Amino acid sequence: MSNKVIYAIYNDDDILMDAVKKTRAAHHHIEEVFTPFPVHGLDKAMGLAPTRLAICAFIYGLCGLSFGTWMMNYIMIQDWPQDIGGKPSFSYIDNMPAFVPIMFEETVFFAAHLMVITFYMRSRLWPFKEAENPDVRTTDDHFLMEVAVNNNEEELVSFFEGTGAVEVKVIEKH
Amino acid sequence: MYTFSSKLKTFSFVLMAVGLLGIGYGFLTAPKDIQDVEKILAADAHGSHHEASGESEGAHAVSAEAKVKAEAEHAEHLTHVLHQLENKPWSALYVACIFFMLLSLGTLVFYGIQQVAQAGWSPVLFRVMQGITAYLPVGSVIFFIFLILCGLHFNHLFIWLDPEVVAHDKIIANKSGYLNFPFWIVRAAVFLAGWNAYRYFSRKNCLAQDESDDNSFYKKNFNISAMFLVFFIVSESIMSWDWIMSLDPHWSSTLFGWYVFASFFVSGITMIAMVTIYLKSRGYLENVNTSHIHDLAKFMFGISVFWTYLWFSQFMLIWYANIPEEITYFVMRIQVYNLPFFGAVVMNFLFPVLILINTDFKRITWILVMAGIVILLGHYIDFFNMIMPGTVGGSWFIGVSEIASVLFFLGLFIFVVFSALTKAPLLPKRNPYIEESKHFHY
Repeated sequence: MSNKVIYAIYNDDDILMDAVKKTRAAHHHIEEVFTPFPVHGLDKAMGLAPTRLAICAFIYGLCGLSFGTWMMNYIMIQDWPQDIGGKPSFSYIDNMPAFVPIMFEETVFFAAHLMVITFYMRSRLWPFKEAENPDVRTTDDHFLMEVAVNNNEEELVSFFEGTGAVEVKVIEKH
Repeated sequence: MYTFSSKLKTFSFVLMAVGLLGIGYGFLTAPKDIQDVEKILAADAHGSHHEASGESEGAHAVSAEAKVKAEAEHAEHLTHVLHQLENKPWSALYVACIFFMLLSLGTLVFYGIQQVAQAGWSPVLFRVMQGITAYLPVGSVIFFIFLILCGLHFNHLFIWLDPEVVAHDKIIANKSGYLNFPFWIVRAAVFLAGWNAYRYFSRKNCLAQDESDDNSFYKKNFNISAMFLVFFIVSESIMSWDWIMSLDPHWSSTLFGWYVFASFFVSGITMIAMVTIYLKSRGYLENVNTSHIHDLAKFMFGISVFWTYLWFSQFMLIWYANIPEEITYFVMRIQVYNLPFFGAVVMNFLFPVLILINTDFKRITWILVMAGIVILLGHYIDFFNMIMPGTVGGSWFIGVSEIASVLFFLGLFIFVVFSALTKAPLLPKRNPYIEESKHFHY
């Protein structure tokens, strides 16, 4: 079994989208697509499963809300009750309006930060990690589609040249 | 071209007829004098205050003087309740009237924003929006007549219109340079005329663009939309003080304009979604796909959260500062209007947020219709909360007058909107962004 892959490089996102659709229709296996910016609808065109990140965000938000509630209750009611503006902190529910901004911010804080961490973990990214980028031009203005080769190199090369690729390379992957 | 189905037309006429009957009934059965009020209160008290009255009968130590004083207070109380109950059918009419009028204004603003933003996704919905804003002229005329009737003292919704009240009230007297009938009605006339003028010319240009060879009408619409939005945001703020905040003339809130705006803006967007879904279910609007619906649902979700943000900001600042002349506004609403006050938050925030936060749900028709109905009812109640405490105070209940008023204006709204939709093709075919809009896909 060979580890050969094809790199088809495009210089326009619309051409890339058409090429991805054609490749899928021709039943070639797309390993990965590298783009300099998010291309809308690319995930659906590639047939990727819908993301579950949103569900994580919702759960993280709920955690943040709970944490904010617990924290304000501990700080303002249990540990060190104060009388602010004639509103003595004896009961959580009576002072709740004052805590809403903090509860809201904790919700946002948890959702945002945990989402970033989740996203890094899911993308297998960490500090000082070496880039997996096959071609530096995909960080500038080129789009690259990586397709697996199964003893059909000639056929694939001519196929991708027909999809408007500016460059088609066959690479031995390690 | 859309044809107004006879079923829907009949339905709208039935709503109007039932509404008119109910409104008439509400006015006829409103108490005429103190005796009527006494009967109503006695009937009310029969069940709930039985124990209390028994107790006071038992207390024989009441001196004659106190008795006279109590009777005078009782008579004063009766007059007070009489005035509130006399106001009630008027207030019910006012809430429904201003709600539907502002709802179509909210749609007009959404439409104006689409024009100014040169949005590519929405042109296929322009004719739906113009259909909804067709209610604006009708609603404005009825509303303006209502304001004139207030000025002619047919009712006492705006107590500062009563010279007797102003004479004995220093706070209102200090505001009389601004709150007086001539200035107030002129402002109303200018604002209503300005909004309707934009609606008229924008519609005209949009239709002319269909037959045009270039984009000149589109560009004209861009210009007048930009001017309209500037005029709107200033006039909207003043309008909210004039028509709603001045019902509680001692109270003021600096973000009231935004708060009212958020309420009718989300109602307008929800109405666009509802009408679009209805037309689509009847086989029209073949170019509107689930992505358009999804975007409308996102706006319903987002502006609901925006409304809540303003609702809470207004509440929290006043709650925290606890200044007597400000806090009375919320004391009244929390103690006397507890259910509608917190009910509005549940209907306008908790429910839409929990149900519309899911991406997939934003494309499911029956969920959207359900969320939309709850949002529209919730914002009617929001307007109810803004208006009723200042006009009928503690004598509120949702009775025949309130329901009938909503039914009447709903019927009128359906009739006007769907009649207007038949007047022009539902696709603005020569809009420069129409191709992008047709292929909008998310």
